[in-house]
Amino acid sequence: MDTKKDGPLGSVMVVGGGIAGIQAALDLANTGYYVYMVEKSPAIGGVMSQLDKTFPTNDCAMCIISPKLVELGRHLNVKLLTVSEVEGIEGQAGRFTVTVKQRARYVDMEKCIACGLCAEKCPKKVDNEYNQGMSQRKAIYVKYPQAVPLKYSIDEANCIYLEKGKCRACEKLCPAGAVDFSQKDRTHNIEVGAVILSPGFQTCDAKSLVELYGHNPNVVTSLEFERLLSATGPTQGHLVRPSDHKEPKKIAWLQCVGSRDQHRKGAHSYCSGVCCMYAIKEAMVAKEHCQDPLDTAVFYMDMRTYGKDFEKYYNRARDEQGVRFIRSRVYNVEAVSGSDDLLIQYASEAGEQAENHPEIIVHQEQFDMVVLSVGVETQPETVELAKKLGVKLTEHNFAETGPFTPVSTSRPGIYVCGLFQGPKDIPFSVMEASAAACAAEIDLAPARGTQVKTRSVPPEQEISDQEPRIGVFVCNCGINIASVVDVKAVMAYAATLPNVVYSQEYLFTCSQDTQEKVKQTILEHKLNRVVVAACSPRTHEPLFQETMKDCGLNKYLFEMANIRDQDSWVHQKEPGPATDKAKDLVRMAVARAGLLKPLTEKPLVINQRALVVGGGVAGMNAALGLARQGFEAVIVEREPRLGGMSRHVSQTLEGLDVQEYVDKLTQEVKDAGIEVLVGSRLAGLSGYKGNFLSTVDTGNGTHKEITHGAVVVATGAREYKPREFGYGESDRVLTQLDLDRLIMEHPERVSKWQRVIMIQCVGSRNKDNPNCSKICCQGAVKHALRLKKMNPEIDVIVLFRDMRMYGVLEDHYTLARKEGVLFVRYDEKDQPEVTLGGSGIEIAFNDLVLGRRVSLGADAIVLGAATLAEDNEQLATMLKVPRNAEGFFIEAHAKLRPVDFASEGIYLCGTAHGPKPISESVAQAMAAAARAAAFLSNKEMTVGGVVAQVEPSLCAACLVCVRNCPYGVPRIDPEKGVSEINEALCQGCGTCVSECPAKAIRLGHYQDDQIMIKVDALLEGVV
Amino acid sequence: MPCTGRVAIIHLMKALEKGADGVFVAGCLEGDCHYQAGNLRARKRVAYVQELLKSIGMEPERVAMYNLSAGQGPRFAEICREMTERVRQLGPNPTRKNGERKEKAA
Repeated sequence: MDTKKDGPLGSVMVVGGGIAGIQAALDLANTGYYVYMVEKSPAIGGVMSQLDKTFPTNDCAMCIISPKLVELGRHLNVKLLTVSEVEGIEGQAGRFTVTVKQRARYVDMEKCIACGLCAEKCPKKVDNEYNQGMSQRKAIYVKYPQAVPLKYSIDEANCIYLEKGKCRACEKLCPAGAVDFSQKDRTHNIEVGAVILSPGFQTCDAKSLVELYGHNPNVVTSLEFERLLSATGPTQGHLVRPSDHKEPKKIAWLQCVGSRDQHRKGAHSYCSGVCCMYAIKEAMVAKEHCQDPLDTAVFYMDMRTYGKDFEKYYNRARDEQGVRFIRSRVYNVEAVSGSDDLLIQYASEAGEQAENHPEIIVHQEQFDMVVLSVGVETQPETVELAKKLGVKLTEHNFAETGPFTPVSTSRPGIYVCGLFQGPKDIPFSVMEASAAACAAEIDLAPARGTQVKTRSVPPEQEISDQEPRIGVFVCNCGINIASVVDVKAVMAYAATLPNVVYSQEYLFTCSQDTQEKVKQTILEHKLNRVVVAACSPRTHEPLFQETMKDCGLNKYLFEMANIRDQDSWVHQKEPGPATDKAKDLVRMAVARAGLLKPLTEKPLVINQRALVVGGGVAGMNAALGLARQGFEAVIVEREPRLGGMSRHVSQTLEGLDVQEYVDKLTQEVKDAGIEVLVGSRLAGLSGYKGNFLSTVDTGNGTHKEITHGAVVVATGAREYKPREFGYGESDRVLTQLDLDRLIMEHPERVSKWQRVIMIQCVGSRNKDNPNCSKICCQGAVKHALRLKKMNPEIDVIVLFRDMRMYGVLEDHYTLARKEGVLFVRYDEKDQPEVTLGGSGIEIAFNDLVLGRRVSLGADAIVLGAATLAEDNEQLATMLKVPRNAEGFFIEAHAKLRPVDFASEGIYLCGTAHGPKPISESVAQAMAAAARAAAFLSNKEMTVGGVVAQVEPSLCAACLVCVRNCPYGVPRIDPEKGVSEINEALCQGCGTCVSECPAKAIRLGHYQDDQIMIKVDALLEGVV
Repeated sequence: MPCTGRVAIIHLMKALEKGADGVFVAGCLEGDCHYQAGNLRARKRVAYVQELLKSIGMEPERVAMYNLSAGQGPRFAEICREMTERVRQLGPNPTRKNGERKEKAA
């Protein structure tokens, strides 16, 4: 415990248990802080848990969030307070006292075994909010099947006993005696050093926005549609339209319902930032769900697929999946009389139709179902919470933050992340969560490790002299597996296999309560090997391995059979053969399990220094984020001074001075004692996570060696030098960065201009570079407004393809239109033509609204040039990290690990990850610092496990392993004359093992006998 | 397998010996190997096994190397169908005496 009276406390409160809150809590708890998580509902998971799939990878949302829920639920340093809300706060940054009101759950969490008998017998049916009211639950309920904590709770407002004083059916039936009507609401006063707000959002009220919604069941919101697609939804994942339960043939999505709308009540002027992507996703996923071809159409104003690789997703939906995208304004949706269908009436953009019918540009089309892409908004309770905490809100009811301090609220010591900070998607929520964790960690650095508990794992059992005793646990995965595979039959079959002493099936094997049951079973039946037949080891193996450790079993005595991804999902229409295949997979896994051996891992000290490659805004913030937590940081910067690309930008869209900020950052870097090597580049890197050795070329042929435990990649990006539109041929054709420089250096020249035409998407969203560069629309609006300010008479015309002013940036777009900036759309296939003449510039383009060609002279043409990746090939090779086709680095997981690389100890931030504005780079840099801090704060790590080992007596020192290792790890020990493989460097691919002619090398966990017995088991009885 | 780099010649040969009619190795796309070059090594080994099969009078087409990414589900299904069809054309593995008889009877 921290005893210094005025020092900060080593604990943090996270308010809101959605994906952002979960990430912040896990980062903090894994870095040495005790976390109180306050969640108002009975379970964590937030809106992400309600989603079916997630863009742009179409990963199953539950499958990727579930391991995080479980990790949080069982984390030693997280205290989870469900059905709880923050009532008030006292104190200041470093030492707050937060009052939390925890409502009575009426179920004793210690006793509840989540058997569900209570809910089965409860007579009161209530609309199930998890399924958006499309199904019913009971008054005693769990929020969803994988809920954490998986404990029932009684909904006070609907319980017959609590309302009328009679019933108590649940209490009588509960076999565990867990129902407890004597529970009272409780108030906790909790002392913490910092608070992170992640209360999330609600969707806009569709009722007030679309008349038919609520009256016609076939008009649903996007969140309702997610539930209709979900296996745990009201239709068990069978896509049927609500009115007649028939499979729909045609579905329409209406974009911007409640967003980008300044007029309707209940609507917001900002863009909700996520609806374009989720509509595309829903359209693609819906097509997969239908037996017959499904027609899908998205009615939109601008397609805002601005995130990393989002444009490729959009292209795939349109060009490969046949999703129709209709640029339009929908003005009416009505029921078609005599059927359950709906008629959409819309005005398209003018154009060819207008030539024949100048007065009518109105169309109509009939659909089976209409999905409203509803926007996001802050909940009224959150507005109240902000008031109680003294946190200022913006006009849109988001927490007020600054572009350079994206996670700091108006009250010191209180940070924000996720949707309450502004509209955003999951990856940015996760990133911001890590950034908020970083901010809190900086405040509380002196108290790190003072309030945490340490885990005691029972000593590992010696099992080498025991016969295998295998337990097989077969998962239903809700209905993901059980709707196709006969799980009970697989379980019964498993029991007949050699060495299997126990087999069981579970609804969700990964849920926390099931893991407890598995633990008990392992101990009770003295199991020494465990097989789980469920989903992918990629997502779930670590979780089950933790359970093994809790039982004193080596984690390598575990094997999975993937009967979901590789079976039930691909053989949905053949339940019989799918069940046979599940049996085959289980037989193979059991055979292998019998041969598994425990592997030992050894502790290694982690070097606590971090190397930051790149000294722009991202690199400096990452280095500061680490240094301020007490980790040494070294910045390597190619240019002669710090600042990177931001040195070429004068102000942000909000009008803040970027140079002043960069100067301040540079000073802060100096003050924090961060070593800065300018004019330098990383020339070599050896070693491994926790213990790298870098050689930095510091110019003039001098080199410096640096030892460090982590690397942050922040190498930035560059502006495309256009080959289009006469760029380089005339000083009147500029890029946005050129224009910025000209405004700064020669404002007198710029203020004389009468007309400026900007062309967007130059070098972006085309064949060579399919990405959207994200920042060019903002750049155009920023400069258009600046030009208007300098000379209100100037004509500024922006030729665009889609204006991607996502989130609250929309405000600036609205302002620009108000100020008279003209926005004219052009089509990719019909590019504007620029003619450079002696007297000036002529630009010709087709005005799609007027339906005719327009030709204009201009004083300058400004090109929204693409943001391209730097040439990072050498760095990528050195670090052994991947890049995408366009050269941007690829994070470990597009959704939930946005700043990690797959290999631990290496992190990513800023535009090296993908194009983004400064504010997002700042947040991402802080996130990278938090992730690196979580790794470095461990002080030691374990190595070994799945690595190659040489048997010296067999080694002939033939050098085959030395030549074939992709990482150059094996070397011939000069004294012993045999190959030696460093277990901390070995990546465990097994290439040397398969190449070694003497079979002198063995790969732990993948020995020949362990591999071949699976083949034998598969082919059993064939010959 | 952590990587196709771990796939050894003996694994492929043993599978055939045990009666598999065909064996294919599915590695990451070339250039995209998580372990840099494991898939390239695997390709060489598959080619070696094909040579071995030729020399013992077995059809080399019974083993194959494919490259695809984890995101290419439909491609994987296509490969499975392709391989199944190829093996069907070749008939059963000669080591599978039962299978051979069954085929002849049919």
